Amino acid sequence: MSTPQPPTTQPPAPQQPAPHWQAAPGPSYTSPIPVVRTHLGHALASEWTKIRSVRSTMWTLGIFLLLVIGIGFLVAAQTSDSDFADVPYTVPAFFGLILGQICLITLGVLVIASEYGTGMIRTTFTASPQRHRVLAAKLMVFFAVAFVVSAFAIGLVGLFTASLHSEPSSTPWAGTVVMGALYVSLLGVLALAVGSMLRHSAGAITAMLGLVLVPAILPAFLMLSESMRTVGEKMMEYNAPNSLAAIFGMDTENGGAAQLGLLAGLTAAAIAGAFVLLDRRDV
Amino acid sequence: MRSPLPLRWQGASSRSSVSSMIELEGLTKRYGEKVAVNHLTFAVRPGLVTGFLGPNGAGKSTTMRMILGLDRPTAGDVRIDGRHYDRLKDPMKYIGALLDAKAVHGGRSAYHHLLCLAQANGIPTSRVHEVLGTVGLTAVARKKAKNFSLGMGQRLGIAGALLGDPRILMFDEPVNGLDPEGIHWIRTLMQNLAAQGRTVFVSSHLMSEMALTAEHLVVIGQGRLLADTSMADFIRRNSRSYVRLRTPQREQLLDLLHREGITPVEAGDGALEVDDARSEHLGELAARHGIVLHELSPRQASLEEAFMRLTAESVEYHAHTGSAQAPQPSRPWGADWKKGS
Repeated sequence: MSTPQPPTTQPPAPQQPAPHWQAAPGPSYTSPIPVVRTHLGHALASEWTKIRSVRSTMWTLGIFLLLVIGIGFLVAAQTSDSDFADVPYTVPAFFGLILGQICLITLGVLVIASEYGTGMIRTTFTASPQRHRVLAAKLMVFFAVAFVVSAFAIGLVGLFTASLHSEPSSTPWAGTVVMGALYVSLLGVLALAVGSMLRHSAGAITAMLGLVLVPAILPAFLMLSESMRTVGEKMMEYNAPNSLAAIFGMDTENGGAAQLGLLAGLTAAAIAGAFVLLDRRDV
Repeated sequence: MRSPLPLRWQGASSRSSVSSMIELEGLTKRYGEKVAVNHLTFAVRPGLVTGFLGPNGAGKSTTMRMILGLDRPTAGDVRIDGRHYDRLKDPMKYIGALLDAKAVHGGRSAYHHLLCLAQANGIPTSRVHEVLGTVGLTAVARKKAKNFSLGMGQRLGIAGALLGDPRILMFDEPVNGLDPEGIHWIRTLMQNLAAQGRTVFVSSHLMSEMALTAEHLVVIGQGRLLADTSMADFIRRNSRSYVRLRTPQREQLLDLLHREGITPVEAGDGALEVDDARSEHLGELAARHGIVLHELSPRQASLEEAFMRLTAESVEYHAHTGSAQAPQPSRPWGADWKKGS
């Protein structure tokens, strides 16, 4: 039952070990595999293999691309030249990103929390006992993947929109590709840090959805009370959908730099917390 | 880069630069009030299969997790070749471990699972194919791990442990839930690994299993060290040997034994048992006095019994500290343990 295949193809025979496994003459075994001092590069290669070899990556990124590009193209097709008088050509991507950011949040959480869920994390930390290196590699690989994919999607929507309209837009749009991609990728990185602290996929995804949705919904109620009005207004200004709107030039006052800065600060704090907890806790 | 040995073990190996030793010193793990591992001090020596034995819940897995730096000890220290596990630059080449065969992302194929582990330690990809062949999973290398049977999962875990071709191997209850063929495979594998001069440290809650594979024994109960001995010594010291006698002339035999200063124990079925006696001596004695014997057989209590007595006494000792009550090996958690609770 436990035989994985007919014994004729590949007999599971430790009785005949591989040729170079011959017993060493000394009292202790010496391996022919060269000793390597491992570094961050090894961890990055390992995490890259991990992220590309599970379905959840394909699903979340696939849906993300579908949402951003699909909705973006649909919106772009409805626009006229005059619509882009003072907004960049990437604006159609904004609508897809509002939904698509949830995909990146989910992937960010899964990159680490799924390892806790399956127990893989114990194997991971046995192979790489330098835990901080593993987390750093996860953050870097995830950020790179999320940034490249979202920049590609936003850029594609921008190019498509530009191709539909003869006049060049008065607002440059290259910066919005970078900033928009940066915003949603950081949101995913924040989710990864939260996932590392909570160690539970569903819990971390819920927490992140709360973080994105509550500030978008709550101001409506806060505005009712006079004393809470300023809090409500700040929440209104800095919640995730409005931050993206600001980045895509729909808020004329600033280009979303303040919102991006707040998210970067929050992400940095969460990463710091994740590193501290990672070192302290048992796996 | 192999570190020098701590001095006190240097005599154990003529090539002191290559030692493959696991050393625990006063290792303690507390979870709140509960002490899971209580001041464990022992060393796992190279080139041997060392059995790590204890009832369920004795602290074996916790100890192994601390060796691998997964759990932080509350007190004490554990070192591999004189260094903490998280100071090892390429840990998989020092020590290969299989703690839990299910510690795998089920959505990843066997090949990718091993590949990401190999990459983390700078092990060439060719080695992944090698170990897949060694454990006989080549044909299913691209299949997802979640579809693997228990035995295949165990083989995948062992492939991961062998990946770095390490000098130390550590397995936590590797035969649990395997079919006889799988058990035989793992036994042979461990013996071969030790024969190549590797250190093999394997835990079990079954004495009978250890008797077949281990040359050295470390026994713990309730997190405390109960024995650190060679298997032969353990058998000699812990198994009760006795001679079993059956006779139709029961009264005469009892009188005779009393006169000789021998105290027999009544066995349930009317036979008599004499502890630590030689059957030759008893047979000749009976013959000299014309007593007919229907049975005269030297016996040894099983290792399983010896193990249960050892762990049971430790538990009993804990429960009645301060009281004058003698240990009662007949009513230990051995009874619960036997049911596999």
